[in-house]
Amino acid sequence: MSQSQGSVVASHKPQERLERVAIRFAGDSGDGVQLTGTKFTESTALAGNDISTFPDFPAEIRAPAGTLAGVSGYQIHFSSEDIRTPADQADVLVAFNPAALRASLADLRRSGMVIINTDAFTEKNLERAGYQADPLPDVRERYRLVEIPMTRLTLEAVKGLSISQREAGRSKNFFALGLMYWLYGRPTEATVEWIKTRFDGEIGEANCRVLMAGYHFGETSELFPVSFSVPGAKIQPGVYRNITGNTALALGCVAASVCMERPLVMGAYPITPATEILHELAKHRNFGVKTFQAEDEIAAAAAAVGASFAGMLGLTVTSGPGLLLKQETINLAFVAELPLVIVDVQRAGPSTGLPTKEEQADLLCALYGRNSDSVLPILAPATPGECFSVMLEAFRIAVDYMTPVIVLSDSYLANSAEPWLIPDVDTLPRHPVQLRTEVEGFMPYLRNAETLARPWAVPGTPGLEHRIGGLEKQDGRGNVSYVPENHQRMTDLRREKIARIVAGIAPVTPYGADTGKLLVVGWGSTHGAITSAVDEARAAGHDVASVHLRHLNPFAPNLGEVLRRFEHVLVAELNMGQLSRLLRAEFLLPVESLNKVQGQPFKIADVRAGIERILGVA
Amino acid sequence: MAEPIEKLTKKDFESDQEVRWCPGCGDYSVLANVQRVLPELGIPRENFVFVSGIGCSSRFPYYMNTYGFHTIHGRAPAFATGIKISRPELSVWVLTGDGDGLSIGGNHMLHVLRRNVNLQILLFNNRIYGLTKGQFSPTSRMGVRNKSIPMGVIDNPLDPIAFALGAGATFVARTVDVDASSMQHVLRRAYEHKGTSFIEILQNCVVYNDGEWAEIEDKKTRVEAGLPLEHGKPLVWGARGRRRGIRIEHGVAQVIALRDDEDPVAAGVTVHDEKLESPGYAAVLATLAPPTFPIPVGVLREVERPSYEMLLEGQVHDAIEARGPGDLRKLLHGSDTWTISG
Repeated sequence: MSQSQGSVVASHKPQERLERVAIRFAGDSGDGVQLTGTKFTESTALAGNDISTFPDFPAEIRAPAGTLAGVSGYQIHFSSEDIRTPADQADVLVAFNPAALRASLADLRRSGMVIINTDAFTEKNLERAGYQADPLPDVRERYRLVEIPMTRLTLEAVKGLSISQREAGRSKNFFALGLMYWLYGRPTEATVEWIKTRFDGEIGEANCRVLMAGYHFGETSELFPVSFSVPGAKIQPGVYRNITGNTALALGCVAASVCMERPLVMGAYPITPATEILHELAKHRNFGVKTFQAEDEIAAAAAAVGASFAGMLGLTVTSGPGLLLKQETINLAFVAELPLVIVDVQRAGPSTGLPTKEEQADLLCALYGRNSDSVLPILAPATPGECFSVMLEAFRIAVDYMTPVIVLSDSYLANSAEPWLIPDVDTLPRHPVQLRTEVEGFMPYLRNAETLARPWAVPGTPGLEHRIGGLEKQDGRGNVSYVPENHQRMTDLRREKIARIVAGIAPVTPYGADTGKLLVVGWGSTHGAITSAVDEARAAGHDVASVHLRHLNPFAPNLGEVLRRFEHVLVAELNMGQLSRLLRAEFLLPVESLNKVQGQPFKIADVRAGIERILGVA
Repeated sequence: MAEPIEKLTKKDFESDQEVRWCPGCGDYSVLANVQRVLPELGIPRENFVFVSGIGCSSRFPYYMNTYGFHTIHGRAPAFATGIKISRPELSVWVLTGDGDGLSIGGNHMLHVLRRNVNLQILLFNNRIYGLTKGQFSPTSRMGVRNKSIPMGVIDNPLDPIAFALGAGATFVARTVDVDASSMQHVLRRAYEHKGTSFIEILQNCVVYNDGEWAEIEDKKTRVEAGLPLEHGKPLVWGARGRRRGIRIEHGVAQVIALRDDEDPVAAGVTVHDEKLESPGYAAVLATLAPPTFPIPVGVLREVERPSYEMLLEGQVHDAIEARGPGDLRKLLHGSDTWTISG
């Protein structure tokens, strides 16, 4: 069997056992960093570890080669224990060029391992990265620097194949991947299989050879005296796959359509970081999913509302700037009382902001950003996997209460991957939609006594012809009405209807303790950092607990009571204090804020510091 | 549809709402003509959907006893697209105006036309913003004075027909609010066309721009002011003794005077052809305007292209053929899974 078949002999070097490791791959956006990270993640999942990842994309598609602007990163944290974040600091940095080193070194723990491709550390590349002097002597002093001529070794590995130097050079990420597989005892077979299906002929052969060359380099080189093992984690039994927030969200929409027995119609306009949801849904026409790439964000929302009027599950997906454009359309769906789900995959703003970077600052915009009294239900998933279940809930609320529902994801959830226990399809909540067909007693705004929802009567149904629109409607009959008392009544009813959604919301249970000195409140993708920080703080003897909100409007029924059980409430969020403002207004409590807007998620240490500030320890 | 459809009448399409346009508004006539044509189309009432934006004409759905959706300013084509792609069996009509459809909604109009979604779009062109009480619109003539530009309009007007042709519309027609026979003919043709049908309706705003289309609206002067278009017939207009024809050559139109008994084709008058693949000829027709030329009325262009919603249906059908109906379990599992045993 040739080397490129992925056969691996048992290592004769000593192996050291580790509980957890965080690796950061960094390179030019053309270096295949994301691919390398994804493949390492898959192999690590197969090895049974718990995983959390953080891809960090540059905004430019192809920034000038070798510059800081073009650095693409991928961090993976894997462990034999339960983990929830991609780790504050990496243990190992694989830097494909000087810019990657410069951009990532600050995220490496002291005396961590730095593996570089020495072939890329040319004078020109150092200059492009903005280094005045050779950084390596300093790196050698502070970290464990491993210098490998990856490009040269890659070219050697593909000798004899009829591919160009340039093509061959592109395989060097597989060298690094193979090396990391050896270093952490990961299986190579799945990647070899994948390469064979993905790349044709000589290129595929080259990538396989390079992967295995990297692997064997670890085994034979004197640079690595030991390799490491990270035993599998104790994980709930079941069938798993890796999933990103965006993929989970898209699958959740398809599942909602199946469980509710209504076709899904999605209006979308490309926008970072939400576009992958469109890509994913566009693949599933065989589920009757109709994706419509519209001329702009407004038309995307309008088409979804039109679909909903016609009896479909209407969906539109966007990011902050697109949410603003859709607001007038969403407001129409609000007064027309049509079901609609709007997903905002938040990114750093204001305006265009930092389109590939993390922030959760659209909460107030989602809740209040429309003219007049128009407050909508808002849901926020906390983990990539929860992006699936949150969509089932969003569509259920939208249809049961005949209202638009906004789901706030964010760029970190969108791109992060985690192992996902695949739900059993038979246990998903079935919720077939009941369209109105009964003519007797029909009025377009005659409400369900319990939910206050109006009937969903769709075109094509004989005898239910009616007109809806943005003008205020007479309660019950639904004709245009300018009667003052009617406007007050309809405003009250719309508000009350949204408030009644609380009937289907489970009470929150604090994590760590039911009562005590400090409660940290979070929402959305900060769940991992907050929970880990609370674990650490409790282990250090601090009286702290946390509660994570999935329902931002209406709040869980017992939230006020839970907040009052603690002496202090600290709201940790990646904005300048939006949820904290809502909690203050709703519960008249002096909640405090921990805020960060740096285009990056919270580190555990950020939240730890916030906890210690409130508790007066340092 | 196996069951015979109950014979519908105009009355069946009248809602119980009091019509509230200004007395003498051209919209009344359009409403009456639409209500007259719908019963003849042979589809059940519940399958009609009227979708509008904002403006005087956009109140239209409230007066129709069909499904109706009065949406937001300029976006009706996008809502209508969502309805039509969801339920291709519905007959979806869009009501819009020169401000709604060509100013705030210009982008959506452009894209719905190029996509060729099977909708009927009725654009009421009165060359003014009526509901906001008299500001110039994108079709107002240069120099016209009104409230928002007392010294006269200084932006070059847009011609709705030329816009539609430029967007790749497959059916483009023009009619006049008070000309019942022309309008009913055009409405029927628009319904029969499988694709987006764009109809410009010259409509009088009696309060803010009265008389804008007086010559073509008045039966006495219409014969001089309008050029009736009929496929396969020469471009001829005018009363006896003033008969004229139009010759279009190399993109240029010229008037040819005709004797009453003269054969227009032999005299070099162009024969109207709706079916030309190139929109160039129709674009020349779109430029014809008084005082040199009459206003062409009727179907300027009708060509066949697949409609968007049917192409989309086709993709759904093909995907199911190729992969079978969606299997949620398979989808959730994806291609790479691993099992943790207990």
